[in-house]
Amino acid sequence: MQYLVSVIDDKSNPGSTDRRPAISAFNERLIAEGYWVFAGGLADTGTATVVDNRGERPVVSDGPFVESKEYLAGLWVWEAPDLDVALALAAEASRVCDRKIEVRPFL
Amino acid sequence: MNDVAEAVTRAHHGEWARVVATLARRFGDLDIAEEAAAEAFATAVERWPADGVPPCPGAWLTTTAVRKAIDRIRRESKRDDKHREARIVHGDTPAEPLGAVDDDRLRLLFTCCHPALAPEARLALTLRLVGGLTVPEIARAFLVAEGAVGQRITRAKAKIKAARIPYRMPSAEDLPERVSGVLAVLYLVFNEGYLATGPGTGPVRQDLTAEAIRLTRLVRALLPDDGEVTGLLALMLLTEARRTARVSASGELVALDEQDRGAWDADLIAEGHRLVRERLTAAAAGVAPGRYQVLAAINAVHTSARDMRDTDWSQVLALYDRLVRLDPSPVVALNRAVAVAELDGPEVALALVDRLAEPLAGYHAYHATRADLLRRLGRSRQSRAAYDRAVELAGNTAEIAWLTRRRDRLG
Repeated sequence: MQYLVSVIDDKSNPGSTDRRPAISAFNERLIAEGYWVFAGGLADTGTATVVDNRGERPVVSDGPFVESKEYLAGLWVWEAPDLDVALALAAEASRVCDRKIEVRPFL
Repeated sequence: MNDVAEAVTRAHHGEWARVVATLARRFGDLDIAEEAAAEAFATAVERWPADGVPPCPGAWLTTTAVRKAIDRIRRESKRDDKHREARIVHGDTPAEPLGAVDDDRLRLLFTCCHPALAPEARLALTLRLVGGLTVPEIARAFLVAEGAVGQRITRAKAKIKAARIPYRMPSAEDLPERVSGVLAVLYLVFNEGYLATGPGTGPVRQDLTAEAIRLTRLVRALLPDDGEVTGLLALMLLTEARRTARVSASGELVALDEQDRGAWDADLIAEGHRLVRERLTAAAAGVAPGRYQVLAAINAVHTSARDMRDTDWSQVLALYDRLVRLDPSPVVALNRAVAVAELDGPEVALALVDRLAEPLAGYHAYHATRADLLRRLGRSRQSRAAYDRAVELAGNTAEIAWLTRRRDRLG
């Protein structure tokens, strides 16, 4: 079972910025224990571009598709046998990243 | 005929959770388990009057439900082969090694009360799948529209399946936390029965208190060594014991000091006291009691007094001091102040209560407690205003009647 694990940051109350070494160590463990599928940090939401080609021609616009105080700062994809395993890892991830984590299953 | 109806009811109480739980493990699907269990009971209602009650109703119901479930899966597999394969893979999860406690009903309970589900969903799901209440019964119990209850249950089951919430005992490390989640659901059911809210219901919903006690007994049978489970059961029994004395014939609340203590249920009190003693022995051996055990002990002190005047208030206060350390919430502080009033007088207690004005401004019991303390201090005008506010905020019909009479008796 694969889960999308989103790291949520808050613009008005951001998490600390010195988490990189701890996150790397956590990633090593995820890999060693077979949970790791993918991971990546994201650039600021201001760097996002939206493309909408549902109409006659593609419309390109600047900015994230929704402006909000809370935003996606990074993500993982984990392979875990069930939600309890994923939630236990997410609890660690939240501590390691100093940010909220959302766990969502893939279809 | 009546005997058969009774046998069905007894089987429903005794076997529903077991049938659902067994099927949930076997087929790995709560939808199938619930539907097949319901069909099996419907079949029993149809067949038992003619064929007689089977010698082992539980086994009969499980076998019938399994057959219904297989029928359904076959029917669906004709429509959708992929669907069936998915089911079979899920249903094949091998039994994982477990500790001393293993019962499908416990797994079911832990799944229904999983922290990843919304609290209202846990409640509805537990009453439906473990308690065997129907959707209309749950809707009536909590004054929610049937559609809303049905949707909560459907959504929760969909999340369990899609996010793969496991059908498994929590790890030893998570167990206390998860048990407390289950107990919170059961206590909520009990309280809604004990202090029913809303103008359309009776002041006490005995069906709900009975259901909560029944389920808590089940949890205790499954986790006999968990002190908080025992504590909650004792608390419920000692509260339930006073049920008939707590509401007058005219539907008005009767306060603890005015209750006919002879009308208390002696058997329930004896059982409750036995459970509290069991926990006291454990506490003496160094196991620190949790919140429910302390609440049960407080109720044990009250139910030990033949007369309100015999109440050992210093013990009550000592227990509240302990409770405050476990649960420093303003509601606990308010209840503690009531004990302080008995020991140190209403003036000291009022000073404590007034400190809670901000967090408890919207809580009727805060105003009712203040009103009573002000009345005892002879401050009638302020007492009346506090009673007015309490009446406005109270939801329970018996409490409203009682508060109104108290207010109207003020000079």
